[in-house]
Parts: sequence; C-alpha cells; structure tokens
Amino acid sequence: MRVAENLNAALHGLLDDDPTAYMLGEDILDPYGGAFKVTKGLSTRFPGRVIGTPISEGALTGVAAGLALTGNTAVAEIMFGDFVALAFDQLCNFASKSVSMYGRRLPLRMVVRCPTGGGRGYGPTHSQSLQKHFVGMPGLSLYEMSPFHDNRAVFASMLERGEPCVFFEDKVLYTRQMDLVDPLFQVSGDDDLAVVELHDADDYPDCVIIAPGGMAHRALAAMRSLLVEQEISCRLLVPSRLYPLDVEKLMPFLGDVVLVAEESTAGGTWGSEVAHLLHDRLWDRLRRPVRLVHSRAEVIPTAAHLESQVLVGESTIHHAVREALRG
Amino acid sequence: MTEILDGLRLSRLGDDDLELLLLVRHFELKLLELYGRGDLNGTTHTCLGQEYVPVALRPLLGEGDHVFSNHRGHGHYLSRFRDPHGLLAEIMGREGAVCGGVGGSQHIHRDRYLSTGVQGESMPVAAGVALHLKRAEPGAIACVYIGDGTWGEGAVYEALNLAALWRLPLLVVVENNGIAQSTPTTSQMAGTVAGRAAAFGIRHHLVVSTDVNDIRLSLEPLVAEVREGRPLVVEFVTHRLGPHSKGDDVRPAGAVQAARDNDWYGRYAHDHPEQFHRLDGMVKAQVQGIADEVAARPLSRREESCA
Repeated sequence: MRVAENLNAALHGLLDDDPTAYMLGEDILDPYGGAFKVTKGLSTRFPGRVIGTPISEGALTGVAAGLALTGNTAVAEIMFGDFVALAFDQLCNFASKSVSMYGRRLPLRMVVRCPTGGGRGYGPTHSQSLQKHFVGMPGLSLYEMSPFHDNRAVFASMLERGEPCVFFEDKVLYTRQMDLVDPLFQVSGDDDLAVVELHDADDYPDCVIIAPGGMAHRALAAMRSLLVEQEISCRLLVPSRLYPLDVEKLMPFLGDVVLVAEESTAGGTWGSEVAHLLHDRLWDRLRRPVRLVHSRAEVIPTAAHLESQVLVGESTIHHAVREALRG
Repeated sequence: MTEILDGLRLSRLGDDDLELLLLVRHFELKLLELYGRGDLNGTTHTCLGQEYVPVALRPLLGEGDHVFSNHRGHGHYLSRFRDPHGLLAEIMGREGAVCGGVGGSQHIHRDRYLSTGVQGESMPVAAGVALHLKRAEPGAIACVYIGDGTWGEGAVYEALNLAALWRLPLLVVVENNGIAQSTPTTSQMAGTVAGRAAAFGIRHHLVVSTDVNDIRLSLEPLVAEVREGRPLVVEFVTHRLGPHSKGDDVRPAGAVQAARDNDWYGRYAHDHPEQFHRLDGMVKAQVQGIADEVAARPLSRREESCA
C-alpha cells in the first residue's frame, strides 16, 4: 500500500470512528480530493464534516481550533506546508498556548497536516521543511509521517495527547510503499520508534542514523551503499514524534557515532535540538559530537540539477557517515 | 456630537444594571490605583468609558453563547460573571484566580468565555465555535469583541468571509473608541467599518447612544437574527477615558475632554442623582473591600499540568 493510501485510509477511519471529527482545507473536496489526493473520497462519505475552505490558512487553522475548543476533533490540511507560516499566529499564540495558559489543562484535539519538503521541483516557496520553526513551543507536538508508522496509529497518538499537533508529511513519501525496505534490512520497533538495521545486526553498528520519516529512504540508500562499498554497518532510527522527542526511547539503540539527518536547511535545525539532548546524556560515550546532516543554507531552487545541489540526498548522508567515522 | 449627547437624557436603569456599570468603573479605577502604587505586576488595559457596552449586551447573551474578549476585557468578564474577586485575584496572582494567575488580565477562560491578547486572533476561532454551534446547538451564538484597531488584522477579514459564506451565528461587537493604543483611527483606517462589513454582505449596525435601555431595544431583534445564522457587525462609537494601559496617554487635552464629556458616569449622575449617589458610594466601598481582601490572600497556584 502506498503511503498516501495509508494516510487516506487513516483519515477515513478517523472520520468513521469519531462522529465529532472534522477535516478542513483548501481544495480537499471530491472530485479533486486535495492537491496530493490525500483527502480523496472523504467529502463524499462525510459531506457535512469535510469542509472546503477559502485560501485562508490562518482562518482555517483558527476554525479548527474553535472546533477543538468546543470538543470536536479537527484535522486541518495546509496545501503546501510552506503556507503554515500564515497560520503561525493561530498555532503559536492561540492553539498551543490555550492548552495551558488558562491555568488548567484545556485539551484540544487538533492536527494540522503539512505536506512538506522538496525533490519535486516546486521551487523555493513550495518545497521547504519548516519543522524547526515549531520546535520548542509549549503545548505543540510535532510528528512526521513515515513509511514505517501506520498513519491510523499515529493519528490516534496525536489526538490522545490532547494538544495541537503539526503533522509533517514529506511529499516524496506519498507514492512510496509502506513498510517496504531493501531485503538487506529488517524493520522493528513500535508505534513511536522504528528501528531499521541489517538482519542479525550486531548490538553496536558502526554508526546510528536518526532521521524523520521523510528522510528514511535516502538514509537507507546511503546505508546500503556504505555496506556494499565500505562494509560500514548502520542502524536507522525513525521517531514518529519529533518534538517533544522521547530521547530515552532512543538511548538503548545508540552507539558511539551518531548522525542526525533531516531535509531542513541549515541553521537552528531539529537535528541540533536532538544533538543537544544526546550530548547531555551521552557525551562520555560518544567518539565525537553528534553529526548533523541537513540541506544547504540556501533557498530551494526549482530546476532539478540546482535543487539536488541544495537538498540532502543519499550521497550527502553517505559522505557524512564516512567523515564521522574517520573523525 | 458632544453637544447632541448633552441634550439627551439617559433613561433610568434598574439598580442591577447601574450597580454592574459602577462595579466595572470602580474596578478599573481601583486597578489604576493599584498599579500606581506598584501593587500589580505587568500591565493592564482598562475599559473606562466603555463599560456600558457589555452591560447593554448582558441580557442579550445567554449561558449557551460563547463570548470572545480581548486585551481590554475586564468589563466583558464582569458583565458575564459578576466575579470581581476571581478577576482581581487573576490580575494580582492570588488564590481564587480564575486562571491560576497564568493568564492575567488578558488571557481568561471560564466556561464559554475566552479572551486572548493578540489582535484579531479570536475571530477565526470564534468562526469555528460558531460553526460548531450552528450544527450542534442551533440558536446559540459566538460573540467577539474587537476594537477599531483590530481591523488592521487580516484575520478579521478571513473570518468575516467565512461567517458570511457559511452563514455563521457570529456577532462581532466593535468598540470603536477612536484610538488604537496611541494611533487615532483616522490615521490607521481607510474607509469605514460599515464599508468593510458591507464588502462581505454582512449587516452592520451603528450604535452612538450610551443609553443602555435604548441600545438593548435596538439590538434585540438583530441579535435574534444572528441566532438564525445571519452574522452581524455592531459598531459602538465609544470613548476610552483612560490611557491605553497605564500612564501612556499622549492624546491632546481636547480629545480626553471630549471623551469625558461623553462619559455615561457623569451624565447618569446628572440625570438620576438620587439613584446614582445611593449606589455609587456603596459599589466603590465594595470594590475597596474586595481589593483589600484579595490582596491579603496567599499567592495563586497553577495546576501541575500547566507548569
């Protein structure tokens, strides 16, 4: 099953099981079914609760918050995650704050979905990975879609938290298959953390790579070439929730060389937050500081040859692992 | 306009309404006094001169209606709950605070009342609440208080569009006091509130009166229509007597004098001296007692989950 189909099924299931669940967004109604077809069929099955909105990201996020405030479950789609900048105030100053700024816990069941990332030639304002701008907001949790996490379970986790969540969906994943990896590797773990490593892997691989779901395939491709060409063994850890990160959950899987790979452009990245958390706990055990892999500190160009120079690719991760092990 | 208003006599209110008006007035005056003495932390925004707006709306809004307030919201809260103890405790960070002292003057949530400190932000949220009410509790409405300055925010227009498009039971109450912090409305708003509402096909109603009975009479049928899913913008031409927050009034003396001339307080005292003086001193003394009692309370505590 493709990841987009899994996500679509998760949304169908959510609306089916929860009579208070709403889905809002631009162009999400049938027959169009959303810019990435993730909402296909929803408005036909649940006409009153799937609401097409004007091009008003701030307002549709605010409406979702209002629905959540009155006890409903609200899922908002931002057509391109870049546009969540227009909903920043609603997320930062209203929805996330409301959970605790009124002195007692005010649960809000609300998810803002953000199709994210580049690699599809959409250019500078339709290709970004904006996760880092939301890291560290009290009352706001960040999740990322992954080929190893069933979206129904991820949505259940997000809604159970009773606080607004932003769900980043790397667009390149939509057409990939769920749970499919190179025969060299096996996937284990649970709803929170997927662990991908060689069959019969050693307890201590040469390097551990931590990456959000959107980076998983590039990390796995790098792991394959590192093994085949260099006999370097790696373990990949894919957390479903990026923030707050359950760092204790990662601990048993870490070794003395750790790398965090993400697509965000350089500067103030999620990876630097992860590195800080790990340095606090692992400094004595690490051979060198946690290595950060991210895209260049540049806008993301449209032309394929230029775009690939800026974004993290398989080779970026491959070289970073080799450098980390040399150091 | 001052001359016209001077010629009009304010109609007599029930003691209950007058007491509420006076409660808000003396509460706000007390706050400025406490700030002046350095007894309060942070800042506050008083609604001196605008007290009659929420008092007039009070019987038009039921318990099932949601109210969204803003940074200048003490009058809105007191008109809804008559809870000066809880509000003052919130502002002073004392036991019994409505929100444990976390929210303070401009972030209050209680039952179906919620205030936030960012301009325009509550409009889309209120639209979402109105959408819920329209489906789950038909007949109930969401009422949002905003100011003239709030019309600078894009969120207002996004929400008005939705309100008209989806026929939401949304009542927008504009307290147009002619000044946004230090900026006169004439320097920050092109056109009019009425013109902007008209652009969305939303009915606009202008209130220049400060007569609580008159205002209620004119608004009653309009609010009833909001309950049927016809959004409404009610614009009160009102006057901010005090500073934006505290000690930051840079208006020319004439502008402040004009606000004073329009003040319901002095006019009501003139028109109904016996009733006014019977209640004014009493309410003032009550507020003094509340302030003393609340100040002596232990410091507030927030729930663990909000730490």
